[in-house]
Formats: sequence, structure tokens, C-alpha cells
Amino acid sequence: MSGASSYAAMVDQTFWFILVASVIMLLGVTGAMVWFIVRYRRSRNPAPAQIEGNVTLEAIWTVLPTVLVLVMFYYGWAGFKVMRDTPEGAFPVTVRAQMWSWSFIYPDGRVLPELVVPQGKPVKLNLESADVIHSFFVPAFRLKEDCMPGRRNHAWFQADRTGDYTIFCAEYCGDQHSAMLANVKVIPREEFDEMMGGEWDRPVGRDLLAVKGCVTCHSLDGSKLIGPSFKGIWGHQATVITDGQERQVLVDEEYVRRSIVEPAADLVKGYQNLMPAQGALVDSTDIANIVEFLKELK
Amino acid sequence: MAAASDASAGTATIHTGPGYTGSYFDPPLGGRTGLWSWLTTTDHKRIGLMYLYAMGTFFLVGVALGIMMRLELLNPGMQYVDHRTYNTFFTLHGVIMIFLFIVPGIPAILGNIILPLQLGAEDVSFPRLNLLSWYVYMAGAFMAVTSLFAGGGTPDTGWTFYAPYSLRTGTNVSLAVMAAFVLGFSSILTGMNFITTIHRLRAKGMGFFRMPLFCWGLYATSWIQVIATPVVGITLVLLFMERTVGIGFFDPARGGDPILYQHLFWIYSHPVVYVMILPAMGIISEILPVFARRTIFGYKAIAMSSMAIAGVGYLVWGHHMFTVGMSDTARWVFSLLTFLVAIPTGIKIFNWVATLYKGSIAAEVPLLYAATFIFLFSIGGLTGLVNGALSTNIHIHDTAFIVGHFHYTMFGGAGIGLFAGLHHWFPKIFGRMFNRKAALAAWGLIFVGFNVLYFPMLVMGIMGMPRRYADYLPEYHLPHMISTFGSWILAAGIVLMVVNLVRSARHGERAPDNPWGGTTLEWQTTSPPPQLNFAKVPENPGDPYDFTRIIAERGQGR
Repeated sequence: MSGASSYAAMVDQTFWFILVASVIMLLGVTGAMVWFIVRYRRSRNPAPAQIEGNVTLEAIWTVLPTVLVLVMFYYGWAGFKVMRDTPEGAFPVTVRAQMWSWSFIYPDGRVLPELVVPQGKPVKLNLESADVIHSFFVPAFRLKEDCMPGRRNHAWFQADRTGDYTIFCAEYCGDQHSAMLANVKVIPREEFDEMMGGEWDRPVGRDLLAVKGCVTCHSLDGSKLIGPSFKGIWGHQATVITDGQERQVLVDEEYVRRSIVEPAADLVKGYQNLMPAQGALVDSTDIANIVEFLKELK
Repeated sequence: MAAASDASAGTATIHTGPGYTGSYFDPPLGGRTGLWSWLTTTDHKRIGLMYLYAMGTFFLVGVALGIMMRLELLNPGMQYVDHRTYNTFFTLHGVIMIFLFIVPGIPAILGNIILPLQLGAEDVSFPRLNLLSWYVYMAGAFMAVTSLFAGGGTPDTGWTFYAPYSLRTGTNVSLAVMAAFVLGFSSILTGMNFITTIHRLRAKGMGFFRMPLFCWGLYATSWIQVIATPVVGITLVLLFMERTVGIGFFDPARGGDPILYQHLFWIYSHPVVYVMILPAMGIISEILPVFARRTIFGYKAIAMSSMAIAGVGYLVWGHHMFTVGMSDTARWVFSLLTFLVAIPTGIKIFNWVATLYKGSIAAEVPLLYAATFIFLFSIGGLTGLVNGALSTNIHIHDTAFIVGHFHYTMFGGAGIGLFAGLHHWFPKIFGRMFNRKAALAAWGLIFVGFNVLYFPMLVMGIMGMPRRYADYLPEYHLPHMISTFGSWILAAGIVLMVVNLVRSARHGERAPDNPWGGTTLEWQTTSPPPQLNFAKVPENPGDPYDFTRIIAERGQGR
């Protein structure tokens, strides 16, 4: 699979160097072994030679591999150093991971469900997690770094070619781990500048719920997923657990706001406490829009 | 247990000591017979067999889980199970295979049976402690199995129990974690027993450098078990306390640090891969000289590289954590140390191949398994170089490449090493020969199936397929499909091997005392050995790989 970032070629060169050296060693070892088993089979070689060792040979096969692995170490480190040194003036994006969706927060405050970046310009990623460990992985860029709760990791890349590239979560994070995918969209620089200069079309309705990752766990058609469905809940009573006590609560604006900002406070009966608090991702306008949508979702 | 059933018929006379030529399957002193005589035995050989039956069962359960995972991955989309069930499959597969089978496996089974025999001892140093280890193991295994059915559901964290996910999931992680904790004690006790046995019970005149290399492998392993296992014990207790009482060690929401968990976990769990592999390397070092009928090439280099691997192996755990956000300095230091641990491993492989040079080689089943070990483990070791180099590690970290690499080293290494040892010592342990044709067919299926199963994982990992995925994108379909076909071939080979060994233990031809022409002490007693191992206590065994007497007795070419 061809690389699509500025440092991918360097990673691939190291990989090919190790691969070729490994194949040569594997063929040498296996070839010698099979040849000896055939050549010195008991029927052909009834009198074995008793050879206890050979200092020269043993010195060679200690020193040569040592040199070889040190060269491998060097190339691996040299390529890695490039990956870690973020260039000055890289465009910053905050990547926020949560079970089981990605959000990308831009400097102007807009939050997108896919990572839109300019071609040929370095992008710095601030990696965060709202709940458990996730890992931001774009195979085409040869890029991976964990999103750790409680700390901020960073990474950078510069995409060489326009196009769409898959983002995977590479650290096991529970039920829908393998569905925690997103997209990097690399667009020409002018197009990107235009997008960043222009107004941000705030998503509403279904789009809003998709962008925020709500629909990964909450269905809109009444089916039970990880969390309760949104269908028809507005204005109805919900059975929730508050501080260990079961109680009935009316699904109104205040309840919806609390469920988003403090999901653990009133836990709907029969569901696990898995949802991270969304205060950092969802502002009051979003909450108002979500409420409007829920009113219509009969 | 063929001979055991012969004996429980009541015809055998009960006696022991010098001049006695019965077998350890006969009822021991004290009038205990049947199952009770096994459950109360302190005979290292019987305890080894009890481990074999228990672990063999768990191994087959682990294989079944692996087959079910591969079946789900045959096609993209969810076919047979949902995501959660798949997640419990790989957790169970990992927990069972790692904690119940591959870590304790070779030391507990073949170490127990063969170590005292090779040293010329009557038993291990602490026979009753040895029996206790078995019961502790069974208690841990019982807890692990219970955790699948009781509490909040089957654990779904992966065998690594990474925090904070393992702290938040509602499944029964606490009991599974405590099971691993209890199993650790079994490991520690066995390790201490072996260290003492090796120091104190070697035959008169057997210096350290006259020990067979399997004993060296067990010696290095035992030290790791004793020193490293307590660390994971403590870690698991901390995890347990955080889950039950809510003390914030690892969850940042409570002020803990998830990276601390990973450090503590891998400080144990990296050295422990050498617990899995070093005894297997010891087995290979036994088999090659016997079937090449010549002395091992570079005895001291092999013995010392075991100790070097055990030592340097403590310092490389950070390579499991190259993407967690450790300082860049820590990352390159761990990378450098990781490359250094590759060197003693390479030395061993070169020595083994050189041992075949100008030998007089009988390509019997144990030798074929040993050669398979060298081939598969070389692939495992060489793919480890890709993992060790920083820039390439970032790409293949947490992908199917790691799963492939791990199975090449652990199954291709420790697992195939165990199969090699089981065939090598089978005549000694059961006093019967296995069926050679069936064993050859099983070996062929295992060799082919193994590579068809695991090689595609290396390929799809390089393509970017992450590990622990219940579902995948269509672009990874072909390697997944091939891999699943391989799992069927491998499973057929394993079933054939197990059926053959079980059948032969009962109905195989009677084995002579030394069917392969081995030189170490276990071949100088009867098959199966008597209760106290030797009719005459061996003294001054000399060079463990001196084949002049064997060649003189048997004539060249036979």
C-alpha cells in the first residue's frame, strides 16, 4: 500500500531494508538446515563428526548480526525523529476520541466528523480521549499515536496527495472498537483556505447527531444499541438510576441537557455507565438544536 | 494413563528403592490406588502428567475459541456472533492460552517430568510443594473458568486488561484478574522448586556446565518466574482494588495514570515471553544432538545466551508502548535494548543449524518438529526486528502484524517446542511408541496449516488491518479468508496429533529404554521410569552430549 504522507517513504525504506535483510537470513538459515538434514542423513553419512564449536565462526555470527541490528536501529530511529519533530507553523487540529467515534476540533471552534486537511501543509494533531485509551491510526500516512485519557499526546503529518484515507482506532476500546472509523479528507490548499475563511455551516438535526457520534450508541428507530434509543422519548417518563435510587423523570430540556453534560447523573435503567461527558464538544446552541430534533422524533 | 490402568488391576507388587524395575504408573507405597493415588502423589512424573491432562484440555478449548474467531472473520460483516461476543472470544482465547497454557506449560509438564531425570535425581527438591503448585494452578484455572459464567458476564478486555477500559467495563474482570494472580503463585512455587533442585540435586560429578541444555533453559526460566511474577501479582491486585474499592491507581478520572498500568503490566509480561520460549529452546537443544548423533555446537554459548536473554529481557518492556506517548528518549532507548536482545537469540539459531552440520541425521518426528521450530521461530524473530525499529513499529503497532508475529514466536516457538518435546520424550513417559505415520501426517498438516493461518496476518497487518477487530473493511477480505482456511488445516493437524498421542499412550508398541539413542540421564533408566527414577543412582555422568558410546553400541548408520 503506497504511502501518502511526507515521511511515509522514509518508513517504507526502513521497512524494505529490514525485510530484505530478514528474507536473506531466513533463506540462509532454512536453506542450510534443510540441506544438512538431506545431505547428512544417516543412510548417507553413517559416521558423524563431533564438532564442539568454532571460535572464529561464532565470533562472526555474533558481530555481524550486532552490526546489522544497530544499522536497523539507526534507520528506525532516524525515521521516527522526523515523525516527532513537528514543523513550525503546522496547522493545529484537536482530535477527540470517545467510545466509539472521532471528532475533530478546529482552531475556530468548529467541530467536524471527518479530518479535513490541506494538501502539502503540515498538520499538528493534539490527541485527546474522553473515556478510555484509543489510538489514532492512518495506515496510508504511517501514523499512529494513542489518545490517552487525562493527557494530551501529539503527532503531525503532511499529506502529499488529495483524496480520502481511513482512520482506524488501533487500541481496543470495547464493543464497537472495530466500527470506530473515520476519514481524512485531503483537499487542495486553496479549497481548504476558502473553507476555513468561510462561515461554518453548523450541522443540525440528524447531521448534528451524526457529527457528535451520538448515533453510534443511540438509534433513531427504536432499536436497542449500546444506549437507549432516541425515538419517541421526548415528553415521556424515563426510569433512571440517580445515586443508586430508581426514579421516574420527565424527558424535557433540562433532562436532555443533563444527560449530555453529566451522563452518569441519571442513568437510564438497564444500561451501563459508559458515555463520557460531552461538555467540551457540545455547546448550548447544539443542545437547543438536539432538543428541537428530539421533539420531532416521534 | 495406560500403564496406570494396568497397575490398578491389582497385579503389581508394591515396592521401591534400588533394584526395583517397576514403573511410576504402579500404585505407590501407602496402599493408595487409582485416582486417589494420583491426587495425593508427590511423584514429579505423575504431577507432570496431571498438568499435561489439565493444560491439554485448556489448550483445546483455546484452539476452539481461535477457530470460532477465524470463522467470524471469514467474511466482512458480522456473520455468526455480535461484536461483544467476538470481543469475549479473543479475551478468553488470550487468557486461556497465555495464563493457563503457554506460560506454565513446558516447565510444568515436561520440566516436571524430565528435569529430575536429567539431573539424576529421585524427585524435585520439594515434592509436596510441587503438588501444592498443581492445586494452586487448578484453583486459578477454576476461578478463570468461573469468571466466564458468573458475575456481570464474560470478560471483554483482551488478555492485557488495559486500564481504564478494564476498570469501566461491567463484565466480570475482577475474578479473571484474581485468577491470573493465583496462577502466578503456581508459577513462582514451581520456579523456586526448580532453582533449588538444579542447585542441590544434580548427580554427583555433574557440574553446571555438564547439565543438559534443557535444564539450563528451565534454570533461566525459573529465575524469571520468581523475580518477575510478583510484579504482575501486585499490578493485578491494584487493578482489583480500583475496581472494587475505587482507589485511583490507573483511571485518570480518579487521579490515576493508565500508562503506569502498562509499565507495570509489561515489566512482567515482556520477560514472561522468555518464560514461554526458553524452555522450548532447551528442548530443541536436546533433540538436535540426539537425532544428529553428534555433540551440540557451542554448548556454552547456548547456555549463556539463555541467561543473557533472561537478563536483557527485563529491560525491553517499553517496546510494547511505543505509541502511548512516552518521552521520545525513552522510546529510542527501549528500541536499542530491544535490538540487543535479538543477538543471543540469533546465536542460538546459528548454533542449532551448525549442530546438524556433518551429523548422522535421522529425520524422525521430533527432529521434524525441531526443524519446524527453527523455521517458524526465525520468522517470529525476524518480524520482531520490524517491531523493534521505531519508525516501522509505529505503523504495525496494534495491527494484525503483531498478532502474526506473536503467534510465530509463541505458537511457532513455545507451542511447536512443546509438541517436539512431547514426541521426543513420549516413549520415556508412557513406555510406548507413538504411531509414526499418523505423527508424520499430523506434523505435515500443522506445518502447512500454521503458515497458511498466520502468514496472511503479517501481510494484512502491513496493509493496516488493526488487531482485535470483530469486523473489517472489504479491502482486507482476501488475507482474512486465506487465514481462516489455514485455521481449519491447522486444527485438523492438532486433532490428529492429539488422537494419535492419546491412542498410542494406551495401545502403542512397547518402547525400549532408549529408542532414539540419547545420551542424557533420562535415557539410562527404564521406560517408563520407576517411582524413584533410577535403579542405581547415577554418578559422574560426564559430557551430556558425548555420543561415542551410543555409536559404538549401535554401530554406524543405525
